[in-house]
Amino acid sequence: MLAFTLNRLIYVTPVAIGVTVVCFLLVHITPGDPLTAILPADATLELQEQMKAAYGFDKPLPVQYALWFWKVLHGDLGNSIATGRPVATEVLRAVKNTLILATVATMIGFTFGTLFGFVAGYFRDSWLDKLASFISVLGVSVPHYWLGMVLVIVFAAQLGWLPPTGAGPDGSGDWRPDAAHLRYIILPAVTMSVIPMGVIARTVRALVGDILSQDFVEALRAKGMSEFGVFRHVVTNAAPTALAVMGLQLGYLLGGSILIETVFSWPGSGFLLNAAIFQRDLPLLQGTILILAMFFVMLNLAVDVLQTALDPRIKRG
Amino acid sequence: MRFLSSLLSLILLVGGAPAYAESVVRYGISLADIPLTSGQPDRGAGAYQFTGYTLYDPLVAWEMDVADRPGKLVPGLATKWEVDPADKKKWIFTLRDGVKFHDGSAFDADAVVWNLAKVLDDKAPQFDKRQSAQVKPRLPSVASWRKIDDKTVEITTKEVDSFFPYQMLWFLVSSPAQYETLGRDWDKFAASPSGTGPFKLDKLVPRERAELIKNADYWNKSRLPKTDRMVLIPMPEALSRTNALLAGQVDLIETPAPDVVPRLKQAGMTIVTNVTPHVWNYHLSMLPGSPWTDVRLRRALNLAVDRDAMLELLNGLGKPAIGQVDPSSPWFGTPSFKIKHDVAEAKRLVKEAGYSPEKPLKTTFVIAQGGTGQMLSLPMNEFLQESFKEIGIQVDFKVVELEALYTYWRKGAKDEMSAGLTANNIAYVTSDPLYAIIRFFHSGQVAPTGVNWGYYKNEKVDAILDEAKQTFDPKKQDELMAAAHGLIVDDAPLVWVVHDTNPHALSPKVKKFVQAQHWFQDLTTIGME
Repeated sequence: MLAFTLNRLIYVTPVAIGVTVVCFLLVHITPGDPLTAILPADATLELQEQMKAAYGFDKPLPVQYALWFWKVLHGDLGNSIATGRPVATEVLRAVKNTLILATVATMIGFTFGTLFGFVAGYFRDSWLDKLASFISVLGVSVPHYWLGMVLVIVFAAQLGWLPPTGAGPDGSGDWRPDAAHLRYIILPAVTMSVIPMGVIARTVRALVGDILSQDFVEALRAKGMSEFGVFRHVVTNAAPTALAVMGLQLGYLLGGSILIETVFSWPGSGFLLNAAIFQRDLPLLQGTILILAMFFVMLNLAVDVLQTALDPRIKRG
Repeated sequence: MRFLSSLLSLILLVGGAPAYAESVVRYGISLADIPLTSGQPDRGAGAYQFTGYTLYDPLVAWEMDVADRPGKLVPGLATKWEVDPADKKKWIFTLRDGVKFHDGSAFDADAVVWNLAKVLDDKAPQFDKRQSAQVKPRLPSVASWRKIDDKTVEITTKEVDSFFPYQMLWFLVSSPAQYETLGRDWDKFAASPSGTGPFKLDKLVPRERAELIKNADYWNKSRLPKTDRMVLIPMPEALSRTNALLAGQVDLIETPAPDVVPRLKQAGMTIVTNVTPHVWNYHLSMLPGSPWTDVRLRRALNLAVDRDAMLELLNGLGKPAIGQVDPSSPWFGTPSFKIKHDVAEAKRLVKEAGYSPEKPLKTTFVIAQGGTGQMLSLPMNEFLQESFKEIGIQVDFKVVELEALYTYWRKGAKDEMSAGLTANNIAYVTSDPLYAIIRFFHSGQVAPTGVNWGYYKNEKVDAILDEAKQTFDPKKQDELMAAAHGLIVDDAPLVWVVHDTNPHALSPKVKKFVQAQHWFQDLTTIGME
């Protein structure tokens, strides 16, 4: 097992290096000046050249990459050009906020997605199925930033029940799961949950239909088991797949949603990326993309290793 | 017995304590982050009101507590400034006595000299490239500086420049003692700043909020904050800001979205606007080959604009621009070309120049898709495109991001990247003689020195501006600027459309707010009751 893990780690290394190259190139080939964040609009060309030299942007790209990569290897993602704050601190704080939001959104999405999926699958072709299917299709089709704006207008601006933006009464610095802070997460989490809800509902509906058509269900019914008992068996059989889909959706949401976090000024990784893009804050942009990308690389590695631990046949493959 | 006595004391203490509720104003600002807090704020002129003039003071200040007329230069940390009659490049600043930084250290000439080196001398140990980047372009005239005595500083300019004191508005003074205490680290200083300003920084959550508290020991008692705590919350999206105000999450916001102004008024909010040194314009190229070398066509463009209809598009959040500055400015003068909406005259001029709606002049302008100061960029441009089409001028747009447009602008119309383009569309800050007039209209200010993008040249204007820079009497300065402006409007090197009015929306709870006719605003004037 240890050998397998080491083997996978070796495979991951070129991927990780590739990720750093892509991160670096992506932000450098985009149009715009990296010093936009710090120089006033009317700064002279002479001053721009001076500042480029001061920040090392006058060096050839391969040299800039090598210097940046060397620092990254030592755990230093550099400092934000715009704020001077360490990129690592900024990104980790943002990722924590995104994690909180994505977890709550996934829980909401999973709860309602499985509910609608089971109802639709179990009562296939009934009006309940049509209603649940309609809601789930709506979930994956509606642009979520639009839904976010509508929810803000209705529940914050019109009714005044919930706060429209932010992560808490005093910001996200001391976020905790109490009533004061949870009020802030409701609207963004509900908005973010509609896609996983739709995906999970559609998956579960298909799964339940498939399970219900299997022989063992016929056998259970032939033995005289109550419909509730049959339902329990269906749930038990569908749960692992539903959980796997939920895990995938959580991973997807952890990537951050730029649009939702911007609409709600939720200080997560999407909000940070948005700010970094508009300010052309290259170290921050590179650092954020790198951390998120490496998160997925490591997640895939963990899944590979776990799957092998659970099912050794994969290792042979 | 001792327990009972302690209990009684506690009850008396709690029950007898005077009831004092801290007054708090929550302000939704349009920036994406809290501006730099270490001295010189980043994010442009509009950011000075948040972490500049709150935490720090300049030597020469701007009068910000008047709304009914333009402000003027007033004493700040310097009680007076005067040019040396023997050498008009030398300016003598007399410093204010008894001023202390938030950390308790004294403000004196050493602090001023240290701060000038902080932003202008890259060999100084305290040099901060981030602060320098902000203020160096604002202090183009400074050649050198020295301490004369504890209360006097001399600054020498590169050439005689009577407008130099305006540059000092941008230069704010941080505490050298605090920098030493924090281990000579500007990043630490940004988290625990120390200036001489009317507010102190109490809490900073990057990208989320800054909490400023009243500095009760502030030296200028007429500028003591009207609120105990000012919470600044970055909300870059106009709609998010507006919703936050409607939901009661903040007490006032900058720049509400124009299309929700009726809804805000319906909810009892007050919209405060004022004349603001800003102009939304097209800056025309005067280079050979550009159609705008013909003054008839330049004037026709100005006459084709229906500014009242444009204001309707903006829900009233603007003021018609009939020159580089507003007619209420002392620099407006008396242009003979009266800019108004006159389609018939515009068509006549276009026809005289050889074009018509049937045989239109075709050209391309570079514009931004949006961004700070650009107001409703695309709808406004499309509106004007139709207006120009009506008189026989067919304008196509090259749409770029604002940051890219700045690059076009800095490089001037002659640069190859502007080939085929005959106008750009950056909205301008017009706050002082240099910013409003000189940098755009003096022929010496073409790229790379300045931003006379279109290579406009009028020898009379040059002569007047040169004279103004040598004139130290403020009244005479104003007269010269007005004379130059009159000539410039007659030449119409820009198409002037509207001035922004820097709208703010206030909840009914905000009872005090003076909006100055400037981008610099005084947050000490904001109060709840």
